[in-house]
Amino acid sequence: MSTTTASSTEKRKAPAGERVADWADGRLGIYSLAKANMRKIFPDHWSFMLGEICLYSFIIIILTGVYLTLFFHPSMNEVEYHGSYVPLQGQLMSEAFNSTMHISFDVRGGLLIRQIHHWAALIFVAAMLVHMMRVFFTGAFRKPREVNWLFGFLLLVLGMFTGFTGYSLPDDLLSGTGVRFMQGAVLSVPIVGTYLSMFLFGGEFPGGDFVARFYSVHILLLPGIMLGLVVAHLILVFYHKHTQFAGPGKTNKNVVGMPLLPVYMAKAGGFFFLVFGVIAAISALASINPIWALGPYRPDQVSTGAQPDWYMGFSEGLIRVMPGWEINLWGHTLVLGVFIPLVIFPLVLVAIAVWPFIESWVTGDKREHHILDRPRNAPTRTAFGVAWLTWYFVLLIGGGNDLWATHFHLSINSITWFVRIAFFVAPVIAFIITKRICLGLQRRDKDKVLHGRESGIIKRLPHGEFIEVHEPLSQEQLHTLTAHEQNKPLELGPTVDENGVERKVKGSQKLRAKLSQGMYGEDSQIPKPTAEEYKEITSGHGHH
Amino acid sequence: MSSQDIPEENLPVAQADGADLEKHGDNPFADPGLPPHEHRIQDIDERAAKRSERTVAFLFTLSMLATIGFIASYVAFPVDKSIYVWPIGHISALNFALGMTLGVALFCIGAGAVHWARTLMSDEEIADERHAIEAPPEVKAKVLADFKQGAKESAIGRRKLIRNTMFGALTLVPLSGVVLLRDLGPLPEDKLRHTLWAKGKLLVNQNTNEPLRPSDVAVGSLTFAKPEGLEEHDHDFQTQIAKAALMIVRIEPDDIKDKQELEWSHEGIVAYSKICTHVGCPISLYEQQTHHVLCPCHQSTFDLTDGARVIFGPAGHALPQLRIGVNEEGYLQALGDFEEPVGPAFWERG
Amino acid sequence: MKKLSARRRHPLAAVVVLILALAATGGLYAAFAPADKAQAEETSQSLAIEEGKKLYSVGCASCHGTGGQGTTDGPSLVGVGSAAVDFQVGTGRMPAQQPGAQVPKKKNIYTQAQIDQLAAYIASLGAGPVTPTDKQYSPEGADIAKGGELFRTNCAQCHNFTGEGGALTKGKFAPSLEGVSPKHIYEAMQTGPQNMPSFPDTTMPEKQKKDIIAYLDAVNGEKTESPGGLKLGGLGPVSEGLFAWIFGLGALIAVAVWVAARTAKAKKS
Repeated sequence: MSTTTASSTEKRKAPAGERVADWADGRLGIYSLAKANMRKIFPDHWSFMLGEICLYSFIIIILTGVYLTLFFHPSMNEVEYHGSYVPLQGQLMSEAFNSTMHISFDVRGGLLIRQIHHWAALIFVAAMLVHMMRVFFTGAFRKPREVNWLFGFLLLVLGMFTGFTGYSLPDDLLSGTGVRFMQGAVLSVPIVGTYLSMFLFGGEFPGGDFVARFYSVHILLLPGIMLGLVVAHLILVFYHKHTQFAGPGKTNKNVVGMPLLPVYMAKAGGFFFLVFGVIAAISALASINPIWALGPYRPDQVSTGAQPDWYMGFSEGLIRVMPGWEINLWGHTLVLGVFIPLVIFPLVLVAIAVWPFIESWVTGDKREHHILDRPRNAPTRTAFGVAWLTWYFVLLIGGGNDLWATHFHLSINSITWFVRIAFFVAPVIAFIITKRICLGLQRRDKDKVLHGRESGIIKRLPHGEFIEVHEPLSQEQLHTLTAHEQNKPLELGPTVDENGVERKVKGSQKLRAKLSQGMYGEDSQIPKPTAEEYKEITSGHGHH
Repeated sequence: MSSQDIPEENLPVAQADGADLEKHGDNPFADPGLPPHEHRIQDIDERAAKRSERTVAFLFTLSMLATIGFIASYVAFPVDKSIYVWPIGHISALNFALGMTLGVALFCIGAGAVHWARTLMSDEEIADERHAIEAPPEVKAKVLADFKQGAKESAIGRRKLIRNTMFGALTLVPLSGVVLLRDLGPLPEDKLRHTLWAKGKLLVNQNTNEPLRPSDVAVGSLTFAKPEGLEEHDHDFQTQIAKAALMIVRIEPDDIKDKQELEWSHEGIVAYSKICTHVGCPISLYEQQTHHVLCPCHQSTFDLTDGARVIFGPAGHALPQLRIGVNEEGYLQALGDFEEPVGPAFWERG
Repeated sequence: MKKLSARRRHPLAAVVVLILALAATGGLYAAFAPADKAQAEETSQSLAIEEGKKLYSVGCASCHGTGGQGTTDGPSLVGVGSAAVDFQVGTGRMPAQQPGAQVPKKKNIYTQAQIDQLAAYIASLGAGPVTPTDKQYSPEGADIAKGGELFRTNCAQCHNFTGEGGALTKGKFAPSLEGVSPKHIYEAMQTGPQNMPSFPDTTMPEKQKKDIIAYLDAVNGEKTESPGGLKLGGLGPVSEGLFAWIFGLGALIAVAVWVAARTAKAKKS
């Protein structure tokens, strides 16, 4: 520190806040950090806040989870219940169940915290899925954000498993049935299945270990990894700066919006409280996982309507609709009826996760993209996304087939058959329909650009014909509707070179050209209006 | 992922048409730039701004009151007090009061902050420049050069022996961690093949804890049994019942299609494992007219008149049947253990 | 079958049934009411059987045969006992309206006195479970917790944890037990109506049936408390998931739309 600055500091006594900041800057370099970030710009759009819902519900889960650990006993020792809930008096149960009963009935506010924890968990995973779909359908995963897409995807997967292990901890009849299912699935793994099961459960099912083991996975291992990924995810969001939709003044080289301090800080900070408030109110109004009604787990008891929490529902659907294939050969059993769903389960998720990489390989596009696509302007991607969602949704239906059967008076067998067929057919239909809708919307945009907006005013021409008056679009609208890029399909080029020698084209490149043709060929996009077309039409104005 | 076979000019990088259009001054689609800022009511009308200020302050105050309400409810309501709230029903007064006050306290802070931001903080949109994420070529060159220098100084490329032994050591060291996992559980051995059932063990009714007589079991009835000697208080009750749970029904012997099933039954009383062969749910949705048993978890359906063969759903094989008879005192007894492993299939099942 | 069962559940179906039921009740009442009083005075078992037979030949004989021997349309009633009649007719399942995967419960069209007469007649055809008395099924003094354990072992697999009902194969279902009277629950356990297995006293003594009834009353009765709030049908994670998506995430997205929306601009004038 030079003497001049030192003396000038002495001259005027800096306010306390500044002095603290100075102290911190000398050790942490916060001024340089703040210079880059304090007035960082964030665009305003409701769909950009979906990720915030995830972040905040994650924080809420951690806060409430820590509280729950103060009362929960992760032990499977059998005890007799003597709490305040009458219908379970004297029943044998594990300490885990007993302590969850204690939290629910004897700790003041314990039930509320438990319900907030569980509701927030359901909302957390739901919000992650919706957030991921927002990123997918707007093409926000493109360079430079592919790595962040993967971080987000990992968070979704880890969130599912953290949820599953948490759901299993109270050791109630419903979650115990879920754990039994998981154990059965582990057993189906060829060669090592029985060993894995024995190691996981410390012996035969259910044994006396799994609650304690799931507990450390649920409160330490998985959330630890997730916390790291969340931080990395956020750092990258800051580093990349947020994407934005096309519009006047918004280019690929800038970001338009409100500064972090004060607007965004107030909005984002306020949104945390809003999310927490809504979840707290929901937890006051709606019951979740009433374990006292379910009873303690016993491997010889069960209830109909045994389902996992919703985010595992699609795997439940897979396992429910799979035919019971089993191959017995040379003294060994290949349990395909369980193992195939177990293999498809991660593949369902991976199918959507790899799309960004397939897309970038097909386009060969190496540029950065900060302007979001409107879903209609990427018909193949949008159609793929909708097809995937349809697939996922069909499996969710399969996972709840018994409840749909009783509530819509259908046969459970028919629903199962419907899901079996729809598993293959529905995504294809969804793909075709979505693509057509996208192309239709592109055509409408083109019409709007070239002929203006339908004003709803009907005019009668002198010769008797009725026409609707079209209002020309403003410069802003014209720009917004034509700002998107359209990829051209890849050409492999001539198959023979100038010397007449056949050029070898690798199979992968042929595939790539084919995919590119499918994604960007004539059938997959409507050429956007050109300036020339526009001028030609508008110069002869008066015609419609 | 190479693009070597595709001519450069076909790549979309070369196709960006938006950029060259912008060069034309008369492009009708050109970006008109950020629209001018429009004032909100609060920006020009101080009364409106005051109103906003009061709203925000009101929300923050409401939050404070709600927090006081939270503390008051915590103290005032007994933990087991029940109230009727329309249309929800009879609910815990404490949970309802705590949740609603906490919800309001939090929501109002958020609503106040957002309203403040929306109405009183500047809403002028600002454009910030983006900077390329890729490092400029000279930086890249410097880094590569530094890296080469470092690698060269370490001589890792030249002294292959060091490199290879180091990789070897690093690969082996995690094995210690893997080995440590061995004691997580015992080896499977033949644990999954045996249950508590053995010759002479009585079938004990799970409801009454009394051994069953054939006359107890009527056609169309459903009874669950456990092996004699297994008590709920036993330390391994859960693990044993997970394999030994039994489902007992009586079928008119003429209705039994499977020969072995009839042989292993006693006067039409058949004893099947209650544990589904799919993934192990206790299967017991017995339809007494069709003699089908449905699993509530994944809907595998078994036909009890035909050796509990699978007739629908994901289960891969029939439910194991326990051979039963009657002892001298007239009680139902097992004539041995299950002849095949009960529950979900596994690799060594065969 | 599908269509039929769909039509049977048409909202108007209930109205039609109701009108038919009222007409039938009125007619039957007009025909038998004076006789009823006379019987009450005489309290003769044989007369009850006689009246029951008359009711039987009008309402039941077409499916179950003139002597209760059964036909292709309905099973034999010899030996089903008075409890079965009291359950089937008392819950409105019988007389059945249309064939289907399962005969659902509907509005009962007989008076209790008529049901007793029918039951007396059927009981006279062959011995079977007898209609329980109030003392047998009333939940007073029962062990609720034991009832819960019994319920989870014997009943929950079909009727769900708290008796909300569940699906069986091919369109059949285990009905919800909400609002079902203790007597009918007792009779159902005793007789095993339709595809439900029976739980006779030999394997589930009277006391245990009482325990189960008491448990059901405690967890799914009119006064049952749901401490956490809305029960969401008592169906578990599926309805919770739907709630989380629609009301949880839905509300949060609505809030997000408000947070990000532009504030109203001053009107240009």
